[in-house]
Amino acid sequence: MEIENVVASLHPLERRVLPFLGKIDTLKDLIKETKLKEVEITRALQWLENKKIVTLKEDIREIIQLDKNGIEYLKKGLPEKRMLETIKSREMGLDEARKKSGLNKDEFNVALGVLQKKAAVFITKRNGLKIKILDNGKKLLEGGFLEGVFLERGFPLQAGELTPEERFSYRELKKRKNIIKTVIIKSKTARLTELGQEILKKGIMSGEFIDRLTPEMLKTGQWRRKKFRSYDVAINVPKIFGGKRHFVNQAVDYAKKIWIELGFEEMVGDLVVSGFWNFDALFTAQDHPVREMQDTFYIAKEGKLPEKKLVNKVKKAHESGVHGSRGWQYSWNEKEAKRLLLRTHTTCLSAQTLYMLSKIKEKRGKFFAVGRCFRNETVDWSHGFEFNQTEGIVVDKNVNFRHLLGYLKEFFMKMGFEKIRFAPAYFPYTEPSVEISAWNRERGVWLELGGAGIFRPELVVPLIGEFIPVLAWGPGFDRMIMNYYQIKDLRDMYRNDLTKLRKMKFWIK
Amino acid sequence: MAIVKFSKRGFERHVKITKEVQEKIPLFGTPLESLGEDEIEIEIFPNRPDLLSLQGYLRSFLAFLGRKPGLKRYIVNKPQKDYTVRIDSSVKNIRPYTACAVVKGIKFDDEKIKEIIDMQEKLHATFGRNRKKAAIGIYPYEKIRMPICYKALKPEKIKFRPLGFPKEISGRQILSQHPAGRDYGYLLEGLEKYPVFIDSNEKVLSMPPIINSYDTGKVTEKTKNVFIECSGSDFNTLDKTLNILVTALADMGGNIYAMRLVYGTKKLITPNIKPGKIKVSILNVNKLLGLNLNEGDIKKLLERMGHSYNKGVVQVAAYRTDVLHEVDIIEDIAIAYGYNNFSPEIPKVMAIGKEDDFEFRKRKVAEILIGLGITEVSTYHLTAKQDIKKTGLKTDSIEVENAKTEYNVLRPALLVSGLKILSENFSARYPLNIFEIGKIFKAKKDIEEATRLAVLLCDAETDYTKIKQVLDYLFSALDTGYEITATEHDSFISGRVGRVVVGKEEVGYIGEIHPKVLDQWGIRVPVAAFELNLADLFEIIETK
Repeated sequence: MEIENVVASLHPLERRVLPFLGKIDTLKDLIKETKLKEVEITRALQWLENKKIVTLKEDIREIIQLDKNGIEYLKKGLPEKRMLETIKSREMGLDEARKKSGLNKDEFNVALGVLQKKAAVFITKRNGLKIKILDNGKKLLEGGFLEGVFLERGFPLQAGELTPEERFSYRELKKRKNIIKTVIIKSKTARLTELGQEILKKGIMSGEFIDRLTPEMLKTGQWRRKKFRSYDVAINVPKIFGGKRHFVNQAVDYAKKIWIELGFEEMVGDLVVSGFWNFDALFTAQDHPVREMQDTFYIAKEGKLPEKKLVNKVKKAHESGVHGSRGWQYSWNEKEAKRLLLRTHTTCLSAQTLYMLSKIKEKRGKFFAVGRCFRNETVDWSHGFEFNQTEGIVVDKNVNFRHLLGYLKEFFMKMGFEKIRFAPAYFPYTEPSVEISAWNRERGVWLELGGAGIFRPELVVPLIGEFIPVLAWGPGFDRMIMNYYQIKDLRDMYRNDLTKLRKMKFWIK
Repeated sequence: MAIVKFSKRGFERHVKITKEVQEKIPLFGTPLESLGEDEIEIEIFPNRPDLLSLQGYLRSFLAFLGRKPGLKRYIVNKPQKDYTVRIDSSVKNIRPYTACAVVKGIKFDDEKIKEIIDMQEKLHATFGRNRKKAAIGIYPYEKIRMPICYKALKPEKIKFRPLGFPKEISGRQILSQHPAGRDYGYLLEGLEKYPVFIDSNEKVLSMPPIINSYDTGKVTEKTKNVFIECSGSDFNTLDKTLNILVTALADMGGNIYAMRLVYGTKKLITPNIKPGKIKVSILNVNKLLGLNLNEGDIKKLLERMGHSYNKGVVQVAAYRTDVLHEVDIIEDIAIAYGYNNFSPEIPKVMAIGKEDDFEFRKRKVAEILIGLGITEVSTYHLTAKQDIKKTGLKTDSIEVENAKTEYNVLRPALLVSGLKILSENFSARYPLNIFEIGKIFKAKKDIEEATRLAVLLCDAETDYTKIKQVLDYLFSALDTGYEITATEHDSFISGRVGRVVVGKEEVGYIGEIHPKVLDQWGIRVPVAAFELNLADLFEIIETK
């Protein structure tokens, strides 16, 4: 960058700090001189470094100071010295030596240790413990202790500037209690680079640059005579967040769009339905395990049944069959069909739609639903009591199993799955039935996405009045959402962690 | 859902589990769950209980692989002279039916005994509906004396030593003291009499559906011949269960003998393993599957599924429980054809897609609010009672039965979920402005569902003005006028809450949330909110 451009890009804070650099270099001094806040100077220095005007160095210095015992020993002498003084003239008992030297027990023990290590004293066990000075001790008394010399060195000291002998004394004293202490001081220094020095030489008149364009300047035309300060356009700025749809609803909207593009009409309906619509109309026998309380949420309230004619047809389909079927061969109970429950699948909407078709002449069409369903479950990473399902039916005299696979393949490809696999499956209300799996490339596994099939005549005939093939599917939808957002824990679908929701990517396929 | 575990050794005695076979297993309609060192785990769908035993599985799978196609026929020997079970009228309202057989000449060993117990348990759990519809008893023929009587006795009168118990106890004690009695006792609960099988030595064989006798009901390695009974509430189920059992035992090398059953004046003989007959039309097959198969193809495919075919009639094995209608046969043809061999196709039929009108409007409302920078949330319809209480609302909400979590009531207002979210997000950056569109539930004569919109603003600066600005903006975007009339509401500060009225209809409420409510939720920042009934609102807009 040309030097002029660099100068033009300087922020007012940088302009305030820059003239002082070269004269002073520490943050502390800069605060004093510039009258700016620490954070402002830090930011300015950071920007200046980004522009290669200064180099920043963080210094970590170890400062040595005397601690409270150190101060005392400076006056009175180190305990080992005082001990040697006490015993220099004669051998004496340990207790006596301690009393005479005026040391406390700790100090005495330390002094004894030090002196023994330096071979300055000798302890005999004749007639009790006695201590005696040796030649080394006498020499020490004459020549002085290294540690004692160090104490007189004058503090604070910089650890980096010690001589080898001083470093030895420092290490020895540091092992002992409260004689010296070290403080770590971090300080930032800024040094001008060549570019910085050049800029300073040229001068950086701040008045010539416009920082913020104001309405005032526009009114007066002032801006014409000035230059704009250049910004660091790559700079990090504080984050903002817009409003957005919940990611599950984004996905639901996308799925709806696919179905609508494929020419399907939307079905909607209640979440609380009778067993009749959720199970009986779908040829699910009344003793089928799925109808038990462990699996389905029931409400202790009786619902209404549709018109008698339909109820009787469904009853017959269950008991003895229709359209050449044997039926389930049991006695169908109206009360069981009246029980209210939270729908366990959106397939109840398909049943209602088929019944609606019985009332009109044109008994054909394509319908879809995407909606919330329920099952009585505990909650953990892979289970939940509410889930989303996408439902679809195609009612037409001329549709067949290959068409069913065709619609499913199309939908899942549009949902972003490249490889789809079909396998036989079982549902009480479809025959043939199929299970759809999609290949997950990242994890290298087949994901089971849900079931589909052609509705059984025992279901279709009572509802519509004749057997027309009805292609039907109802895959769960949550797996696809989790796969897209890489959600591992099902509970995260409805945790509504706003921080996460704000950051989440949009559903874009 | 039933997962069966077969011994890999036993399986591979008939079919080597190659890579190709591993791919064939799910295409046969039985997902391969896992393949271990010693075991192979396979899921069996509830329509095929005949696949729950290794013998049953291999019989059908070998046909599917083309190794032993066609209907497998079994011989049932006529009952010997005292092979009779008399069904006493006392079981009529208790456990009315039984189906029985004798199988002779099996070399029992540990592996076979384990296989039989596994099959029995799986059949109990699935097809037998936890022994309610069908329970199975298998007895060493050598230990019992024909004929046999099936009747019901007072529990105190029933005395025998049950399997897995040290001494003789009464029928009633079995329910309270024996583990199987504790597990299945509810099936006999409240009955005056319990069912038993008794032989002509007056010895109790078993007390179905709970437990066999230790003396007469324990199959061991010394056993060669067995008596089998199935008892339950539905004869058809028992008939099928017995067929599944005897054919599996026959595959183990046994010879099947029939039993005479005497139901009062009605006499019949079980097992009846005569194949069922069902018509299938080539036209229907090709129409439903979208294929172009000829009669020869269809015959071959049906034989792959263990059926036989002749001139439009399919013979279906007597152990198959799932063939109710021609479509079931057509599915078998599809499976034999191979789901991987169908070419998917979308029919070229013109149709116009259409979003539901109300769903479209909901989407528009969401768009309007997003324009104000508000974040949409989505929550559960089921909520906890305490959360409703914390919100200051009445807790007479609609409860679901036997919920496995504390979320067991249907939410009466979106406000509840909204406040919960705010309380959980105290560490997120403020303002916390959220909205939700969802259903709420009211218990009237019936259960009423209504789609509502709730907007909650939460920030140090939040007040009534802020929330009313949002409401104003929303209504002007919808080109609709509204009024607010002062009201009282338990969730809001008195004097700072109003009813939202459109035309003459009340469609919602708006105000500042009461600090008492915020306190109960642990929210330390002011909240203002409104909640509207969107269905009502759009209905009014429409009729205007």
